[in-house]
Amino acid sequence: MARTTSVSPAKADSPEAGELVATASGRYHVLTRYDRRVLMAMVGIPLFLDILLIWWPTFTSLYYSLTNWDGVGDITSQNFVGLKNYQFLLSGGYFQFWPAVEHNFIWLAWLTFVATPLGIFFAVLLDRDIRGTRFYQSVFYLPVVLSLVVVGFIWELQFAPTEGFINNAFGLVKTGRIIDWLGNPHINLFAVLVAASWRHVGYMMVIYLAGLKSVDPTLREAAKVDGANEVQTFFRVVFPVMAPINTVIVVLTAIESLRAFDLAFIINQGKNGLELLSILITNNSISESTRVGFGSAIAVILLVISLGPIVAFLSQAMKVSRS
Amino acid sequence: MGHSREGSDVSRTGKISIPSTGIELPLDLDLSRRDILKIAGYGSLAAFIAACGGGPSTSSSTTSVTAKGGKMTLGSYQSDSVPKKALQDLVDAFSTANGGTKVTVNTVDHGTFQNQITSYLQGTPEDVFTWFSGHRMRFFASKGLATPIDDVWNAVKSNYTEGFANSVKGDDGHVYAIPTSYYPWAVFYRKDVFAAHNYTIPTNWDDFKALCAKMKTDGLIPIAFADKDGWPAMGTFDILNLRMNGYDFHTRLCTGQEKWNDSKVTDVFKKWAEITPYYSPAFAGLTWQQAADQLLRKQAGMYLLGLFVSQEFLATGSQADLAQLDFFPFPHLGTSFDAEEALDAPIDVFMVTKKSPTLSGDLGQTKAFMEYLAKGSTQTAFYVESPGAIPTANDADQSKYDPLTKKAAQIVSSAKRITQFFDRDSRPDFAGPNGMQQFLLKYLANPTSSTTGLQGQMQTFWDSLGPE
Amino acid sequence: MSITGALTRSAATGTAVIARRRLRPARVILHAFLIAMALLWIFPLFWAVYSSFRPIGDTVVHGYVSLPSGGLNLDNYKAFWTGADLPYFYANTLVIVVPSVILILLLASMVAFACTQFSWRFNLTVLMIFTAGNLLPPQVIIVPLYHLYLSTPIPSISELDIGRFAFPFFSDNNLLYDQYIGIMLIHVVFQTGFAAFVLSNYMKTISREITESAIIDGAHVLRICWNIVLPLCRPALAAMATLLFTFIYNDFFWALILLKTGDKRPITSALNNLQGEFFSNNNLIAAGALLAAVPPILVYIFLQKQFIAGLTLGSTKG
Repeated sequence: MARTTSVSPAKADSPEAGELVATASGRYHVLTRYDRRVLMAMVGIPLFLDILLIWWPTFTSLYYSLTNWDGVGDITSQNFVGLKNYQFLLSGGYFQFWPAVEHNFIWLAWLTFVATPLGIFFAVLLDRDIRGTRFYQSVFYLPVVLSLVVVGFIWELQFAPTEGFINNAFGLVKTGRIIDWLGNPHINLFAVLVAASWRHVGYMMVIYLAGLKSVDPTLREAAKVDGANEVQTFFRVVFPVMAPINTVIVVLTAIESLRAFDLAFIINQGKNGLELLSILITNNSISESTRVGFGSAIAVILLVISLGPIVAFLSQAMKVSRS
Repeated sequence: MGHSREGSDVSRTGKISIPSTGIELPLDLDLSRRDILKIAGYGSLAAFIAACGGGPSTSSSTTSVTAKGGKMTLGSYQSDSVPKKALQDLVDAFSTANGGTKVTVNTVDHGTFQNQITSYLQGTPEDVFTWFSGHRMRFFASKGLATPIDDVWNAVKSNYTEGFANSVKGDDGHVYAIPTSYYPWAVFYRKDVFAAHNYTIPTNWDDFKALCAKMKTDGLIPIAFADKDGWPAMGTFDILNLRMNGYDFHTRLCTGQEKWNDSKVTDVFKKWAEITPYYSPAFAGLTWQQAADQLLRKQAGMYLLGLFVSQEFLATGSQADLAQLDFFPFPHLGTSFDAEEALDAPIDVFMVTKKSPTLSGDLGQTKAFMEYLAKGSTQTAFYVESPGAIPTANDADQSKYDPLTKKAAQIVSSAKRITQFFDRDSRPDFAGPNGMQQFLLKYLANPTSSTTGLQGQMQTFWDSLGPE
Repeated sequence: MSITGALTRSAATGTAVIARRRLRPARVILHAFLIAMALLWIFPLFWAVYSSFRPIGDTVVHGYVSLPSGGLNLDNYKAFWTGADLPYFYANTLVIVVPSVILILLLASMVAFACTQFSWRFNLTVLMIFTAGNLLPPQVIIVPLYHLYLSTPIPSISELDIGRFAFPFFSDNNLLYDQYIGIMLIHVVFQTGFAAFVLSNYMKTISREITESAIIDGAHVLRICWNIVLPLCRPALAAMATLLFTFIYNDFFWALILLKTGDKRPITSALNNLQGEFFSNNNLIAAGALLAAVPPILVYIFLQKQFIAGLTLGSTKG
């Protein structure tokens, strides 16, 4: 419907003249100054809060990382140490740093090659009109609804050395060959990853399933007519079409592995094989021995690593927005 | 000393006072120069006793600025059910005694409380908080996060031995805490288990190892051990280091004046490896309560832990189980330092915060509470409900102590050297999950391998920590 | 069976053919696999439920992997409910979660409305700022946030006391630290990004002509937003509400650091606190964990459709 420009409506409560505001389609509509201010407030207030509580602390962390501040009292010029914290971290002087980075990457690798593919696999299997698909979805998705504290407890019941299910059910306690799932630094990360996957698989499944449902069914019918079997159909037809979803999945997987904190913290405060960057930050900045400057350096490193997936997500979102 | 040492109070401030003699024995590992001299001065128990001489000092009753009624807040880490209730009863009794002061208790679980203590004290803490003596106390005092309470101390100091008095002093000489209880670390066992298998208490290392081997063949876990929390292993490190290398070396090591890659430390690790085969399986995944349960349920033979193990016996077991609990001091290792009879006997204290927003209004009530804590009757009442630690006040009623407690007080008083426990004697950024806890776990994962690399890491880590 | 043949036949006989096709061995294997996986998936939760019904005396004597001797009972639940004062912690959680969700939806819909219904230069940039804020790991900002909370003055006007529960308006120590509103604030800000992103994706599908014509007719933007656009977004709002409820309910980290009073903790952080009290009683802890997990599970069961819609709105539409 074509609309021409019109004069400002005479309204008692909009004393100011209306202004012409261009719309995307090249037409104009009138927006009073009052309205513009309201709109600015509608965006401005949340934006202000966001910048104040998230972005400003982020930059402050960067600032702290250049000091050796211990969190008590004020920061004086004596506290500035420049890049010393980073040097110390990256050179391996802080013996827990590289193991933590390694563990975060193991987390990422596990989620990428085990958990997410399993979630996608379940989604593909359930993307049919079979009986009980709703039931299966619910079962796989239920762990996502639980708090990680609860997930941690549930899996401790499985992994506990002498009272847990696994060691008892397989007779390991009786024969005295207990596997220390949570205390052995070589395997406890994988035990925690199993618990994390329990949750992650359902999460990925649901997202992928929704994506699958939005794939045009005629594409699949066409593939079938051409004689493709299920596997071929999926990899040659469906998967490429799901490109935006694939990006989302990859990004979310990466972000989840960088944010991993709760499970490792609950189990043993993140030591002895469960070190993670997020835990190193809290152990250094907010524990009994506050080395705020040093902890902030680790935080900045984590931030920099996280920027990768964040930027990827944003550019994907922007691409779609523009189309 | 004609006087029996029964029930001598080792307050958490680190001094044992021999009741009604006013003689105080050094207990606290107080490392400020002033205090090292003091301790050196009272080097041996006998010398100390001789030096002390005379009878009870008269209490100089300076008027402390206390107040009745009003309100007060208390931050506590006593999250386990038994001591939590005991503390609440104590608080209620104080309230009644102090004109109805309304006391709000904020209980945070033990681990979290310790972990977040710095954020807690800098934020908006309660007026009073539970804490530990030793370096850990002085650390926060020197950062200006605690309020000195010299006036309160002047009113109550007659009730404490000099050892305890020394343990509450900060680096600046002011008093920052009121000691309320202490407990020794020793090797605990069940009398009925020992009787059933005809075991004898080992007094030296070889006997100890032989006993472990025998227990193993009898199907028991010889030594219960649990290190998921990271700190229990420090008890073993402490006692081995004390016995093998002496009190002086140990205290100097805790403060960085000795190196972690010293060969003496290597010897400790080597010695330790002789008993690690006898530990509970999968100990890195067990908490101390679970290991105590192994002792309780007759699955394990012995357990090196603090007296607070009795708390778990009471919570999970019964009075009958508690009656079977007994201990013996860690066996002699055949070194010259055995004569020191050194052991860990940490002291728990109460302190006044600095940054509490309500402190200025509650100051009178806070001081009244601190004075109340210093009374023997208060501490004994707490003890009766939660017998895991020994009261520190001189006038605590020892008749109420059960045989185990009396024995514990005695073992502490017969020690010539006492330390507070590694994570209270050393700087927190070294002793925490980032540092010593992690190092010991690493060692215990492979006790028989060479520790040179590990010790190098420990020293590098220490060196990397900034000035305190 | 040729494809075309099947197609024609299915057109004629519809579901009957589909049902018959289902009995092929491939389907049987599929079902068997899915059932096996589902059982495997639900087992850990089942085990926690089973352990929570067993009295500690039973498991001490017979171990955990055993059939219940002496029956199952609700003792652990009763003990946890009364001993740990659970209703009180539920109240804490509700006080934090419900206002937060409402505020988030309010703020996010305002942002989404302004960014999607109007064209202006920084429209996309603003949305990106919000979304990126939500993707940051919380540990990156926790220390400055903690110090910010300790230095922002907040008025202390009055207090609502219901028994043991006290809700201050707005702060009982004149700071954001250790306050319900402090936790609510960080949740609101953190999640508004995500919600704004999702709602803007949804609002893009609402034709701008609606807004435009409303403006021409002289309506103010607030009224347009509230009376016209938001009602159209009801499904998305419902979806976001269920999702946000779960996210905020399950949060553990913010409350751990920004609250010091054990009594103010929401239930997930309180669980950690309570672990100290009942440490060696796994059955009791299992009961507690399950009690804590009940509200999100209920929300999920009854609002499943909205839940899944919410999750997918953010990722598929855009």
